[in-house]
Amino acid sequence: MHEMALAESVLGLIEDARRRQGFARVRAVRLEIGALAGVEVEALRSCLAIVFERSVARAARIECAIAPGSGYCLDCGQTVAMDALYAACPRCAGPHVQATHGMQMRVRDLMVE
Amino acid sequence: MCNVCGCGAGATRVDAGAKPDKGRRHHHHGGAEEDTGSLMAIHEHDHDHDHDHGHGHGHDHDHDHDHGHAQDPAHAAAGDLHFGLGPAHAHAPGLSQPRMVRIEQDILARNNACADANRRWFGAHGVFAINLVSSPGSGKTSLLVRTIEALHGALPLAVIEGDQQTARDADRIRAAGAPALQINTGKGCHLDAAMLGHAIGHLVPADDSLLLIENVGNLVCPAGFDLGEAHKVVVLSVTEGEDKPLKYPDMFHAVDLMLLNKIDLLPHLHFDVAQCIANARRIHPGLEVIELSAESGAGLSAWLDWLHRGVAAARQRRSAGPEAQLAAKG
Repeated sequence: MHEMALAESVLGLIEDARRRQGFARVRAVRLEIGALAGVEVEALRSCLAIVFERSVARAARIECAIAPGSGYCLDCGQTVAMDALYAACPRCAGPHVQATHGMQMRVRDLMVE
Repeated sequence: MCNVCGCGAGATRVDAGAKPDKGRRHHHHGGAEEDTGSLMAIHEHDHDHDHDHGHGHGHDHDHDHDHGHAQDPAHAAAGDLHFGLGPAHAHAPGLSQPRMVRIEQDILARNNACADANRRWFGAHGVFAINLVSSPGSGKTSLLVRTIEALHGALPLAVIEGDQQTARDADRIRAAGAPALQINTGKGCHLDAAMLGHAIGHLVPADDSLLLIENVGNLVCPAGFDLGEAHKVVVLSVTEGEDKPLKYPDMFHAVDLMLLNKIDLLPHLHFDVAQCIANARRIHPGLEVIELSAESGAGLSAWLDWLHRGVAAARQRRSAGPEAQLAAKG
């Protein structure tokens, strides 16, 4: 996944919010990243630090919650937890699990002043 | 810059290959670059920051920003378009009490908004848009050339080519007889929806036509970026490993069709077709697969039939009106 493009998109959302809300600084950014979103969280953190450097979010704390992945197993017909897209079903070991949750990449909220 | 794959954020260029038809250009994305009609936009940012820190709780900020936006219409004739050179920089003076601001937006909200605009445009014009992805060297461009030759006279089509550098692919497509537009992403490793929006503004695909978008050769980054296409299609060649779907699961999860290319070479290779398809379907249950060879033409008719069906469906939705187009979204 392209973490730098994601980081620039996060800053874009922050800038949009600043225009609406008129805050001076961002103290903290809370993100929610799905376990199946294909995002390397540490890479995203370092990219965010770079794009935040000369912005309203300079030195902002980055909190990144990982949302668990889950899917629907076509083999046993159950909803099951998933760690990776290609993981076999933990219940029946069938290979055909369709991911349904854990793909999201969201900016939840900001602590601003 | 992409920390994972090593690509950098750089200048993006669109090579229209010819002067765009300004009378037909459409604008669905706001933005200075488009409104000027110029094909190059350079943004220069100078920042001066003075910080005075007192001994008490006082905190004085003095910020001086100079933003120069230079347009270079000289590049218009060459058909070059440079995209944004970095995120916006801004500071607001003054401090207030800390407070929470709810955002609750997808990180790719802006890209997705552009993609939705592209999708609406495709829907309104009955354009069937395909986003072709693969690793470099899978034979995407050769497949496109072969496809263009086979569809000549049968389907109106146009091609948008994405590469980091050079207009070689667009030149090959034009030589095959189709209108083509090259997007150079600079150091960027994928096309995004805003780039595609600019590109269709310049290329202006015909109503009820097929639009083939050849993404940058990369099995990682393009997976996450919706361009507004009807389908992502991955090209995997038998000269690659049959375990590639397992190595790059995000891409094989994102696509609706896999083209297994270069099957004419199978007699010379140790490549297990059944295992490769099983691997792809482990990532993406039920994934449709077409085995073909752009070189020999084997299996090409199944791919052409798939395209014909898609174009016919897009035309039908256009004549059915906006509700059917909305229902077809995604």
